[in-house]
This record gives sequence, C-alpha cells and structure tokens, in this order.
Amino acid sequence: MTNPIADFSESEVILITGSNTTEAHPIIANRMRRAARAGTKLLVIEPRAIPLVDQASMFLRPRPGTDVAWINGLMHVIVKEGLADSEYIASRTEGFDEMAEMLKKFDPDTVAKITGIAADDLVAAARLFAGAKPASIAYAMGITQHITGTDNVKSLANLAMLTGNVGVVGGGVNPLRGQNNVQGACDLGALPNVYPGYQKVTDATVQKKFEQAWGVDLPAHVGLTVTEVLPGILAGKVKALYIMGENPMLSDPDTAHVEKALRAADLLVVQDIFLTETAKLADVVLPAASYVERDGTVTNTERRVQRTGKAIEPLGDSRADWEIICDLSTRMGYEMNYASVNEIMIEIAQVTPQYGGISYARLEAGETPCWPCPTADHPGTGVLHVGKFSRGLGHFHAIDFQAADELPDKDYPMILTTGRISAQFHTGTMSRKSPGLNALAPEAFVQVCPKDAAALGIQDGEKIRVRTRRGQIELKARHADMVDQGVIFIPFHFHEAAANVLTNTALDPIAKIPELKVCAAKMERL
Amino acid sequence: MAELSLTIDGQQVAVAEGATILDAARAAGVAIPTLCHDPDLEPYGGCRLCIVKVEGMRGMPPSCITKAADGMCVTTADEEIVAARRTVMRLLLADHPNDCLSRRGNLDCELQRLAKDMGVREHGLIPLTREGSIDQSNPVFVRDMNRCVLCARCVGACEQILGLGAIHFIRRGHATEVGTFMGGDIAQSTCESCGECVVHCPTGALAFREPPPEPEKEVASVCQYCGTGCSILMGVRGGKVVRARGNPEGPVNRGNLCVKGRFGAIEYVHHPERLTTPLIRREGELQEASWDEALDLVAEKLAPHKGDAFASFSSAKVANEDNYLMQKFTRAVMGTNSVDHCARL
Ligand code: SF4
Ligand code: SF4
Ligand code: SF4
Ligand code: FES
Repeated sequence: MTNPIADFSESEVILITGSNTTEAHPIIANRMRRAARAGTKLLVIEPRAIPLVDQASMFLRPRPGTDVAWINGLMHVIVKEGLADSEYIASRTEGFDEMAEMLKKFDPDTVAKITGIAADDLVAAARLFAGAKPASIAYAMGITQHITGTDNVKSLANLAMLTGNVGVVGGGVNPLRGQNNVQGACDLGALPNVYPGYQKVTDATVQKKFEQAWGVDLPAHVGLTVTEVLPGILAGKVKALYIMGENPMLSDPDTAHVEKALRAADLLVVQDIFLTETAKLADVVLPAASYVERDGTVTNTERRVQRTGKAIEPLGDSRADWEIICDLSTRMGYEMNYASVNEIMIEIAQVTPQYGGISYARLEAGETPCWPCPTADHPGTGVLHVGKFSRGLGHFHAIDFQAADELPDKDYPMILTTGRISAQFHTGTMSRKSPGLNALAPEAFVQVCPKDAAALGIQDGEKIRVRTRRGQIELKARHADMVDQGVIFIPFHFHEAAANVLTNTALDPIAKIPELKVCAAKMERL
Repeated sequence: MAELSLTIDGQQVAVAEGATILDAARAAGVAIPTLCHDPDLEPYGGCRLCIVKVEGMRGMPPSCITKAADGMCVTTADEEIVAARRTVMRLLLADHPNDCLSRRGNLDCELQRLAKDMGVREHGLIPLTREGSIDQSNPVFVRDMNRCVLCARCVGACEQILGLGAIHFIRRGHATEVGTFMGGDIAQSTCESCGECVVHCPTGALAFREPPPEPEKEVASVCQYCGTGCSILMGVRGGKVVRARGNPEGPVNRGNLCVKGRFGAIEYVHHPERLTTPLIRREGELQEASWDEALDLVAEKLAPHKGDAFASFSSAKVANEDNYLMQKFTRAVMGTNSVDHCARL
C-alpha cells in the first residue's frame, strides 16, 4: 500500500475494486465501514455485489476481465470534463499526452459495450471520484489475477495520479495483500528478479554488493517464477525443487498439470507444518515449527513490521524454518551460523536499505515501523511518494483494453471467477483444522445467480458438476444474488472440490500471475 | 488541549477537556462501578450504575456520560449513592435467570462480579419472568436474551467497531431485546460471526460455545490469515496455546479480530496431524527419519543440481527471516535466482 490502513478514515471517497474486503480483509473492511459512517463515500466497482455494497454510495458491476476498459472510461470522462488535477499532472508526472490520446476511444458508450456498465453510471462514478479530495483506491487479487493484471494495476495508478491522489494522506493506490507476509517475502527478495529491498539481480553494482556481503559469486540472470518453474520441470530444465510453506497443489491453476510437474522432479523437498497435498508428493518432508513456536517478524500490507513472539516450544522434532535452512546450508559447505532471528535481522538491515533501521530492539520496545525505515532513528514512513515519486516523476502508461484469455462460448457459456470466503484461508491447511471455522464454512459451493439456476433447473443446495476445458468438480450450488447473470463464483479453499482444477493457467506476461479470475465454464446437473 | 481541574472525593485532579467524570475518577484512582460503559465504545449511559453526586447539580448523574467541568466537586460514594446503585443492581438481577448468580462456568461474568463487589447476593424482589429468545443458529456463539441486561455494548461493538450494525434493540418495554434487523436468526442476518459482540458482553447473554480457559501467560503475535497484520495475544497454559484474543495494543486492530483470527488462529497448532518428524520416501512410501538422515540426503541430492536446475518456493506465510535465508540459500548456495513464492496466488 502507498498509504497506511488508518488513512482510509481520512478519505473522502474510497474506490474499492477487485476486493471482497469484508471476507478477505475484514478488519480493513471495518475501517472502511467506520469511515462510511463518518461520511466517507464508498465507490464499489466489482463483478460481484459484495457485502460492502450495503454501505456504498455507488456500485458499478463490470463483467469480469474488463477492468482496463472501465478505468480508462473513468479517466476519459475526468479528462473530458476538466476534472483532472492539472497542476499535479504538470509538476509531478510525465507521459500524460500519450495516455490522453489512448483515452479518447474509451467514451462511455464504448465502455458500456465492453463492460456492461451503463454510460450514465460511469459518468457519475467519474464525477464522484474526481470530485473528492483525497480519494483512495483499494484493490486485491480481483485486479491482479488476470492476464492483464499488470495493466490493471498501472491503470489504477494512472487514475490516482490523474486526480492528484498519490502522495497525499487519505489517498494512494492500495493493494490489500492476501497472505500475512506476502509483503515481507517480496521485500526480502523471495522473488527471482530482485535481492532484498527490490535491488535488481541484473544490476552489476548490486550483484557485487551481495557477493561481498555473502562471500560468494552470484548469478547475474533473472530466475524462474513459481508459474514458470513447473513447466520448467516438465521441460527437463529444473530437476530439484524445494518448497517451504506453500501448497501449489491447491493454490496454483490447473491442478492436474501441477501434480504432473511435481511428480516429474528428480527431487522434491517440502518443508511445512502439515502433510499438505503438495508434501504428499515429496521425496523428503521437513517438519517446520508453527509461528507460535518460534520468534520472527512479519510485514503487513501497509509495510508495517511486527514481531511474532515464541509462545511455546516446537512440537515434536519440528524446527523453525530458518534453523532448517541454516543446517542444510552448513551441511552443503556454506556456513550459516545465526544464533537467533535477531542476528538474521541485523544482516537484513545491513543489505536492505528499506529495513536499515529495523531491529529487534526497536520492535521489543513496542515500535512497529512501516518501511522505508532507513536508519535506527528514522520513525518509518506512512505515506509513500509525498512531494516526489521514488522514481522522480510519476509515469502515465497508455494502456489499451485486451479481453480475457478465455471467454465464454457456446460450449462453456459461463464466466467462472474464484476467490476467498471469510471463514477459511487460502488452501485451508490451517483454517480447516478449526472446528469453529469448519462449522461456519464446512464445504465448497458454487454461487449461481437464481436466473441462471432456474434456466438449468438447478435447486439451491443441489450438487452439480462444474466443468471447464481443464477439468471438472462436483459441489453444491448456492443461489446468490451476489453474482451477475452469466457469472459463477467458487472459493478455492476446499481440496475436495478444488477450484483450481478448473482455472486457466494463462499468465500475465509481466507479473506472471495466472488468470484465476476469469475462465469459461459450464454447469451440469448430476 | 485545555486542562480542567476538579475535585473527586476531596482529591484534586486535572484532566483534559472533554473527559467525563468517570475518566477523572479513574485518573484519580477512584473506582466507580460501571456496566454499560466500554472504553472501546462511545458513551451510552444506560445502566445508571455509575451514578455520582455533583455539587450544585440535581439528582445523581451517570458519571460515564457527564463531562467534567472546571471546579466541579464530585462525590463518588456515600450512603445514598451506594443504596441507589444497589437498587439498580437488584432491579437488573430481578430480571435475570436466577441460576445465574449460582451458576458456575461463567466465571468471567462482569455482572456477577459487580454484584459481588457491591455486596448484592439476592435481589429480594419478585422475579420478573422474561421470555427472551435463545438463538442457537450460530455455530460459534449462542445468544440467550434471558441473560441480557440491555447494556447495548454488543450493539455498539457491531456498529462502532465493525461499522456494520447487524444487531439492534428490537421490540419495546419489557419485551425489549437485542436482535437482528427483521428479528430473525443471527445466522440469517448480515452478522459476520466475528465474535466482537461476545467479547464486549458483560453477561452470559452472548457466550462462545467453547469458552477458552484462562491462560497463564500471553505472548503477542500477528494473525496468519491475511495481510492486514492484526496483533493477537496468544494465551499459553500448560505448554499449549489455549486462547487467542485481539491485542488491545495492536496498531492495526486495537483488539478487534475477524472470524478467522478469533476462531482459527490457534486451532491447528496442536492438531494431531501436525508433522513432528522428518519423512523420507523409501520404496514409494514416506517414512519417518532423523534430521541427520533427512538433511544429509537433501544435501547430497541437491549438490549435483546447482545452478538453474534448482528452484525454490519460499512462502508468504513464514517470517521475514525465513524468507531472507531461503533466498540467500537459493542464490548463494545453489547459484540460481529461481526463488519465488505464491504472492501471485
Ligand atoms: S458476531 Fe460480529 S458481526 Fe455478528 S453481531 Fe457480533 S459483532 Fe456483529
Ligand atoms: S447481549 Fe450482552 S452486550 Fe448485548 S445488550 Fe445484552 S448484556 Fe449487553
Ligand atoms: S484477524 Fe482477520 S483481518 Fe486481521 S489479520 Fe487475521 S484474518 Fe486478517
Ligand atoms: S456505566 Fe454509566 S450508565 Fe452504565
């Protein structure tokens, strides 16, 4: 997030898109609803009628996979009606003219044809958003899990800059991260193109810095992403895979393909707290201690670093993830002799500029700084890009609309979209061990709008088959007004009816994120 | 902010403008019984247990909603005040199921504790039988309106902390109770089963189905279930994590938790399916092994695959330090940049 969570209380308007916030980030949704009680207007633009619509001033319902079109449409109206922040554009940005050229064709009527959003509604939404200062944008994986995910994100950044809302309290472009330490994993270089602190692996100076810090020669070319590794195994290029705390058998698209790849590896090592669907395929399984059994830090979606304290001893012979890696590394001839997480954090602070001022001493004293926090006396940074973008001028991107990879047709007439529900988490490895959560959300289901259900004679609660070009699953149909006609929704937490048996592996060419939010499907009665 | 000076039971105290008499009393270390007052919520002033006397003011105003004023002279307890409070308490209890004061298992009931502190054992009035509704529809908590004292804390929690307002006062007079919009089951309402109202209820009216035991100590941690970063206090008893509650000092959540954080944060920790020993595949089966066997095997098998024949998936669910070491291992030991995690999924 460019802004802290608390900033939502300062916004005049919050545009919420690609996020079912009350289910996926409930405590952030609480903040938004409290803001709404105090006068903030919520503008929800979502394919599904999410619960936040109850508190919203305006709700627009685009077809899944048409985000660039409606965002460009909003900007078209804003520019045409002279609502853009011209002073901000002149002093802080570049590339406006090229983008404005692109926006010309996204008039409300054209956008209506692509997205299904009525032209008048689009105009009203544009006026609402541009008329507010500050206005914030919050989004989640409904924006990123598309082949145009990167385009979608850039388009939202365009919108925020066009209205002068980046670098101001209560504004910003705010991705809500799905897992508790996605932010930290990215910050600390668990990415194939960057070292900790987003320092590029292809930058010779950076490479040298890490070679000195670690005392070894380092590779200069970018590595493979999660979504490239599996095809890499099948192509015989990747032979050994070490998976720590992930369950790609459930989280990745096209499960059959994932399983084939994992089985094809010469060596599969899985380190986890449970024998997950993925661990069952491993050659070696290493038992990790859970987070209450060891010390550590995590970084939340607003870049806030917090401690997780050790409450109990590790169960059985399980060990902390970092201890296992140290032991293995030392056995392979590269000594890692950290006595504690504290010592690892000292090294992190040395090589990661954003974490330069983070230390256990500060965290233990009750501080929870947001990075960038470059020095020990730096309080941390709430709002990013104040006065100036980290790259200098903010760059507008001219982005054209591109349809989703797989659209409904005669054989597969429905759009299938996937996501989260509040009482379960990710692949269910942890949350499905809770009796309370299981009682609240015991089983997989598919949301179907009552009209579509009636057309096929599907009753509420009836078990049906959902089929795509990749596979099929059987699960209960739930009649729900939340989904539009022609759209069905399946949560991905349940292994017995795993949504990702169905989803499309087509990737965003830059972010390499699969298009989990749109594919063509059909429903069949059993 | 401007400072005010007032006298509480003869003691001089200074408080900021806007403070209530109750705030001032607490600042002076003077205890006043309260029931509907909740520091997380806007003042309500419904129960009248917190009444005091203020020089120059008629009657006995509730201290939790009466603003402190400069030069005010407050008496928090005299015979008349104490008697009035006891009457309030007796009326509350007269309307309450009589198994409550003797009931075990509800040790955390604020109402019982208050009654005891005030020396009220029996209400001595003709009990008013109530036919409050009992709502069993939610799998994680029960709502028994016979035990409700209409303090409005649940309503306030859902409205002011969640901004939701799934529950309200419904009906009138003696039949008043807390219910959902159309008076139907909570499970059919907009309720999100977060349990925040249960935490704020001072009686047994809202109760978890599985009340957790009192822990011996608490350790601050962060919820695992999304990127919000809510701080959770992990309660430990007998070497086990037995309770999770929102950390009032959590910078993001200030004690608030959602359904996953509240009911799912610890349940998996001691689950029988936890892995507790390394496993090695032998003759097609995963079999138990020692750490030495497992790690030596991994080290030996990884050695020939240095470079781009190796890849690792780090994790968005483990700590920063683990992620740092996994990428360092991948780069420095295995000689490849093929380290990634499921941020994209
Ligand atoms: S459980 Fe949560 S959502 Fe439901 S009524 Fe209570 S506070 Fe509101
Ligand atoms: S249910 Fe509990 S919190 Fe709600 S009004 Fe009754 S006693 Fe108060
Ligand atoms: S308590 Fe809920 S909102 Fe907070 S981190 Fe956990 S899952 Fe996310
Ligand atoms: S605590 Fe003051 S009126 Fe209830």
